[in-house]
Amino acid sequence: MPAMTKKSIALIALIIGAMVIPFIIQNEYWLHILTLSFIWSIAVYGLNILAGYTGYLSLAHAGFFAIGAYALGLLTVKVGLNYWVALILACIITSGIGFLIGLIALRTREHFFAIYTLCVGYVIYLVIDKWDSLTGGVRGLIGIPAPSNIGPISFQSATSQYYLILFFLLATVLVMYRIVHSLTGRTFIAIRNSEELAQTIGISTMKNKLTVFVLSTFFAGLAGALYASFIRFIGPDIGYTAIIFDLLTYLLVGGIGTLAGPVVGTILIVSVSQSLQFLQDYRMLIFGPMLTLIIIFYPRGIVGMVSEWKMKWFNKKKKTPAEKWKSTYSDSKDVREDKVKEG
Amino acid sequence: MLKLAGLSVDYGSFTAIKNVDIEVNEGELVVLLGANGAGKSTVFKAISGIEKWSDGDILFNGSSIKKKSPDRIVKAGIVQCAEGRELFDRMTVYENLIMGAYVHRRKKAEVKKSLGHVYELFPILEEKKESAAGSLSGGQQQMLAIGRSLMSRPKLLLLDEPSIGLAPLIVEQMFDVIQKINEEGTTVLLAEQNANAALKIADRGYVFESGSIVVKGSSNELLTNDSVRKAYIGA
Repeated sequence: MPAMTKKSIALIALIIGAMVIPFIIQNEYWLHILTLSFIWSIAVYGLNILAGYTGYLSLAHAGFFAIGAYALGLLTVKVGLNYWVALILACIITSGIGFLIGLIALRTREHFFAIYTLCVGYVIYLVIDKWDSLTGGVRGLIGIPAPSNIGPISFQSATSQYYLILFFLLATVLVMYRIVHSLTGRTFIAIRNSEELAQTIGISTMKNKLTVFVLSTFFAGLAGALYASFIRFIGPDIGYTAIIFDLLTYLLVGGIGTLAGPVVGTILIVSVSQSLQFLQDYRMLIFGPMLTLIIIFYPRGIVGMVSEWKMKWFNKKKKTPAEKWKSTYSDSKDVREDKVKEG
Repeated sequence: MLKLAGLSVDYGSFTAIKNVDIEVNEGELVVLLGANGAGKSTVFKAISGIEKWSDGDILFNGSSIKKKSPDRIVKAGIVQCAEGRELFDRMTVYENLIMGAYVHRRKKAEVKKSLGHVYELFPILEEKKESAAGSLSGGQQQMLAIGRSLMSRPKLLLLDEPSIGLAPLIVEQMFDVIQKINEEGTTVLLAEQNANAALKIADRGYVFESGSIVVKGSSNELLTNDSVRKAYIGA
């Protein structure tokens, strides 16, 4: 069976699996946790396209998540707009602010970019926290409506919200897949590899970096808006800088710069974290060393680890009997000498 | 075609290039000779728009490129093949080549034609088109780096030390191809330490030392110049 077909079948099986989960899991709490994981996954996909594929680690991502959430909250609660119009506007507002911040932030690079965006994220949090008359300050924003009905389809129950957010997650993954496998995606990867080299082949690095930054904020805004309508209450804490480190942990554990990494990491960490609630803050004693080990041994996370194992297994299978004999019986010195000769 | 007039490049308080004048006419193959750190790569970076210069000017077809960004310089027709065979290692040979045609990405027929031309120059690249660039040998990587530069169909090709770290036989093949590229109509500015091989195919040359031009002349003049022979040819 060709590899692509195998991949497609696995993907379809996963989607079907995700669709039947509400019938298998009768516990509404776990459905709630899974839905939340999907929302965070969308935000992590936004972070991944920027940090993983383009090499720019934005620490303002939680801030953009909060902007999306508050934009939806304010547009529905205070302005009284229809949910779907507010959702679209929330994404546009977040991307617009992302565009303006990106124009300045992308003049910096590497750790300066990370530090700058960390400050931006904190400023966003402060604005939300202190602008009492608009955001409700520490009291937060209550009474955010659930998604309004689309014809006969209602989104009031936990199951229907699960399916709605699953739909947005699948759409996000599809968009990411299309980007990563296009010339645009390769352009982002080229910038990550070497900005100077990218420039010498005619890539306008600023234009592309700004595009990916805006794209990243769009998904953060979308996730934030979905979060607001799912939880129905938001406080300034959702924009706090600690949230970005949670998102980053999901991404690093799942696999930065991989397509499946964000969803794998988020679901795993969120569910493990929920199962270890009884340990309270001591949970970090498990997550800390786990994260360190993953970064040291598998910098591309669980997904990178699996593909590395698969590659090794495939190469082992591909070896001819002569090669197998050579690798088993010849000592390392001979192999090194052969390599020198070949070189 | 290309004129560097009194060009100076500073790195902070250190002057890397001092008052350099270079002229390259259309269709020529001109070589910049010099040891490591002489300033050849800095000149290339300045021409490509990656390094800003402090004094002088660079004119391409009569107009200054000072305010042009690196991508606009590539669009104008100046393409640099950087030193050290810089490739996108995880991408395939084919993907690397397609990336080279970035400025013509909307002209699919032209990209296909350029790809055919590169495969004709370097048949091994067609054989290995599905291989990861990082898995190629040194010579093949250099071929890919040059091939990728050709994908944008440059008017002026800047080649920064294409022979570095390659076996003598591969170097010979590489210079044959560079000569062929020039004969097909692409103007070439070549930075090299391998003076003997480079001067054999070049029309003219400049010798760099500590950021300044110390000798210039036709290839024959440089090949017979005693100081050039002593310093770079070892005779």
